[in-house]
Amino acid sequence: MAFFALSLLNGVSYGLLLFMLSAGLTLIMSMMGVLNFAHASFYMLGAYLAYQVSAWIGFWPALLISPLVAALLGAVFERWVLRRVHRHGHASELLVTVGLSFVMLEVVQLVWGRAPVGYRIPAELEGPLFTLFGSPFPLYRAFMMGVSILMLVAIWLLVSRTRIGLVIQAALTHPDMVQALGHDVPRVSMGVFGGGVALAALAGVVGGNAYTTEPGMAFSVGNIVFVVVVVGGMGSLGGAFVASLLIGVVTTFAVSLDQSLLHLLQAVDVPVTDAMANHALLALKISQVAPLLPYLLLVSVLIFRPKGLMGTRET
Amino acid sequence: MPTLHRTHIPARERQAVLWGGFAFVLIVAPLVFQSGLALTALSQMGYMIIICLSYNLLLGQGGMLSFGHAVYTGLGAFCAAHALNHAGAEGVPLPVSLVPLVGGLGGAAVAAVLGWVSTRKAHVPFAMITMGVGELVFAMTPMFPGLFGGEGGVSTNRVVGEPVFGITFGPQIQLYYLIATYCFACTALMFLFTATPLGRMLNAVRDNPERVAFVGCDPQTVRYIAFVIAGFFAGIGGGLFALNFELVQGSAVGGLTSASYLLYTYIGGTLLFFGPIIGAILSVLVGVLLSEFTKAWALYLGLAFMLIVMYAPGGLSAILMANLRVAASGKFSRLVKPGSALLAATPVWLAGVTSLVEMTYHRQIHAPLNPTFRHFGVLLDVSDGADWAGAAALALVGGVLFECARRGFVRHWRMVQEEMHALEPGAEGAS
Repeated sequence: MAFFALSLLNGVSYGLLLFMLSAGLTLIMSMMGVLNFAHASFYMLGAYLAYQVSAWIGFWPALLISPLVAALLGAVFERWVLRRVHRHGHASELLVTVGLSFVMLEVVQLVWGRAPVGYRIPAELEGPLFTLFGSPFPLYRAFMMGVSILMLVAIWLLVSRTRIGLVIQAALTHPDMVQALGHDVPRVSMGVFGGGVALAALAGVVGGNAYTTEPGMAFSVGNIVFVVVVVGGMGSLGGAFVASLLIGVVTTFAVSLDQSLLHLLQAVDVPVTDAMANHALLALKISQVAPLLPYLLLVSVLIFRPKGLMGTRET
Repeated sequence: MPTLHRTHIPARERQAVLWGGFAFVLIVAPLVFQSGLALTALSQMGYMIIICLSYNLLLGQGGMLSFGHAVYTGLGAFCAAHALNHAGAEGVPLPVSLVPLVGGLGGAAVAAVLGWVSTRKAHVPFAMITMGVGELVFAMTPMFPGLFGGEGGVSTNRVVGEPVFGITFGPQIQLYYLIATYCFACTALMFLFTATPLGRMLNAVRDNPERVAFVGCDPQTVRYIAFVIAGFFAGIGGGLFALNFELVQGSAVGGLTSASYLLYTYIGGTLLFFGPIIGAILSVLVGVLLSEFTKAWALYLGLAFMLIVMYAPGGLSAILMANLRVAASGKFSRLVKPGSALLAATPVWLAGVTSLVEMTYHRQIHAPLNPTFRHFGVLLDVSDGADWAGAAALALVGGVLFECARRGFVRHWRMVQEEMHALEPGAEGAS
């Protein structure tokens, strides 16, 4: 029971972190049709900037400054690079973000080195929040969840309750009409790109010290975020939310389960021979298969439900 | 699709000259560059040419942006390595020279299974599916140590069986000529494929799948067949890789390997058949030479890739052909002046930028031990503010000069292109 409750809480907090990343990605995707390959690189950049800023003036200013700097860089990239390749088509836009992810990785290594940096949880957020069945639940995890949920509510309010949100929603479906009504659609795109990237950087600020801040962090989380966006349904914020929690919880549970197909066979009273015990496939533990699960989910969603869980259009 | 400007030589003879020249270069290259390093580099170029061309069957010919091509080269390499080990252990009558074909069949078989999932969609969804499939296969490699050799990888030995005509493939030069033979044969086969009805249909699917479906041809089937063919050639490239290194590790199927195929193929150029050959040669030059020369090679590569995507989506081969077209029309003399200004400004700018980058890297890695290093023969000191200011000034001045020269060149270039377009008979149909 302790294992179940703690794994569930850890899974949900990881899932909420994934949602912060995928929310920005899915907004950019549905607004501009651009699959931003460098999205996780902005997550990494956010973490490194937060490390630097908190070393200078503390964690709380970093929580604000790091996403703002990332948003500025994202807006510059959209204005001067992405808009230029727009006329070559979506493939070129995707490729230029691939290039950006390479360049950002190298620049981060150039400035902060190749080893992990010591980005720590601030002292006021250390320690357990409560003890559940004898195991402590860290305060910082709760803080992460709080930030994610606050952000989720803020986005929802922005998109559904404000005039800016109205323009964004209209520009998603009828960009020409919105332009004709006197709104600067390219500038809206720039804002959405900057905003989406800022969300990724915010995820980096709160996730970088909960996990590790290292050059490999973009690569390890980037693919999972793509999986989330496709599984949830392209352009669906609700779908991204469900898929983030699903993948967060499933992978967190899977890494701590040591059962294999052999256990299943034993449970249904099939005699297990030595040859079977040594079989590569049967002896595989669930924890070993854990890294595979998101991609299995991705491929099966693409085959059986190309719209994604809650998407409205085919990917 | 851009072609050479019409000249007096008939097309058939020009082709014969080009292919003869290609074969000649493949034969003569190891006689000109005789060092061990050069021979290794040439061998790598041979199979990288096959791999990049096979990748371009998807990207250039079929408009399929794949992020998982290393799955087919890598699994081809694993197949070849296992085949070689079995040929050695049990005396299976499999000559070493045919081992790459085993890799090719392996690659095709894997592509026949995974391609069925991948090719149902095109464009961005295709890219995401191939990425997912690629990560899936990569995540599997540590799970099956019997198949993928765990962390150490599968090692093998290419000197097995009876030598045929005294050829054991032990010495690198013998292996080079095997790779060169495969390289020529695969290049020729892939070129012939582009001229077949299926190859033409693949171009049509790239440009207008709806129209293809309307004609009564299923775009998914065309994509699927092309995917399997690309998998076959990728597997041959992987098989040659296995013979060359005698070791295949899990990273051979990884996402980074796939991304590098994409990068180099695109830099070489996807619009022309021979573009990826330039990319493949570049990949080895970067991997073997540039990475020795500077720690920041990946940064330069990423920036070069972004610049190519932004300013020259046709890649280096398209730049080359456009210049040849201008030369053939006899207007090249008008571009000499702005062109040489551009060529003069570029090194100034690059010298400034690379100095800044190299100084930052040096500061990061070696500074506490030794603050000085040589960059293009100039002694730079990372603890000296004057050096930093000098490098920054050089980068700034060079950047301004480069931008001025670039604008001048673009203006002249456009003028020449418009005149050529106006003169060319029946130019309306050309791209």
